[in-house]
Amino acid sequence: MKLRFVLPLVAFFALVGLLWVGLSLDPRALPSPLIGREAPTFDLAELREPDTRFTSAEMLGKPALFNVWASWCVTCRQEHPMLAELRRSGVPIYGLNYKDTRSDALRFLARYGDPYDAIGFDESGMVGIDWGVYATPETFLMDRHGVIRFKHIGMITPEIIEEKILPLYRQLEMES
Amino acid sequence: MSRNRILASLILGWAVLSPAGPAVAQSGPTAPPSEPMVFATEEQEASYQKLVRELRCTVCQNQNLIESNAPLAADLRRQISVMIKDGAQTDEVVEYMVARYGDFVLFRPPKNATTYLLWYGPGALMVIALTLLGWILWRRRSQVTTAPLSLEEQERLRRLLDDDNKGSA
Repeated sequence: MKLRFVLPLVAFFALVGLLWVGLSLDPRALPSPLIGREAPTFDLAELREPDTRFTSAEMLGKPALFNVWASWCVTCRQEHPMLAELRRSGVPIYGLNYKDTRSDALRFLARYGDPYDAIGFDESGMVGIDWGVYATPETFLMDRHGVIRFKHIGMITPEIIEEKILPLYRQLEMES
Repeated sequence: MSRNRILASLILGWAVLSPAGPAVAQSGPTAPPSEPMVFATEEQEASYQKLVRELRCTVCQNQNLIESNAPLAADLRRQISVMIKDGAQTDEVVEYMVARYGDFVLFRPPKNATTYLLWYGPGALMVIALTLLGWILWRRRSQVTTAPLSLEEQERLRRLLDDDNKGSA
């Protein structure tokens, strides 16, 4: 008889437990199938020097950060000082200017600073699709062989830099 | 914040379990964005129409590519149409999408270790529920006794019935 009262209670708390876990998950953070794989290759016009090309091969040889951004993306603006911070720590930063116009993007850099070593101008968003981009800003960390080791969707925060990006970057620097 | 989460999980738990829980509004199908796609053959048209309904838009996660107005969905629709016009098969397009966005883009996810619970969980719950129901019913039936009345009980029953007949007569 007691079972009749205990069972619904157990079911209730099991459900509450599931919902508790569910509420702490970020539905926008999807696991990227690209982690552990070689980064997609591209050959794009450089944003600031339209006559030169920026190819994915340029990012090889050293661990590097690849940041997808756009001038229309408000979070990218908030994130921007973090990239400068990373640049000061010695991390090479490459950019992908995603579905933007050149004049808007250049104005953005003039106004908020330019921490990038090179920026690919991906006007059509096709390179973004190859990289599985769906929510700017997105940031990838690659090892010296061009294998993607880490991906962050959304704004980089000081915590993410301290706890994830910099430790992994130092580790990747040690790897041969 | 943590207290809010406790409260929220409790309320959600109550809402789901209570019989008078809030009705979830069903959103009807939205009109496909007007974007003329011209294909050479009907098969190409058919596989395009199938794909844009089975692939999820990763920006607005509960919409498929045909329903979504996100710029990325438009890009992906265009990309899919280009691939199909170039002669790609349906599974090649699906592979292309999964390689970039993961299994999440599939509205019909593949059956593997991480999705067994998703695919077979409801069936397992159903089996458990039916087994429980059967067991409870079986137990209840075995509780019903059909023992014959004793002599005293028969006597009492007759008296009661007689009283009743006299009363109504």
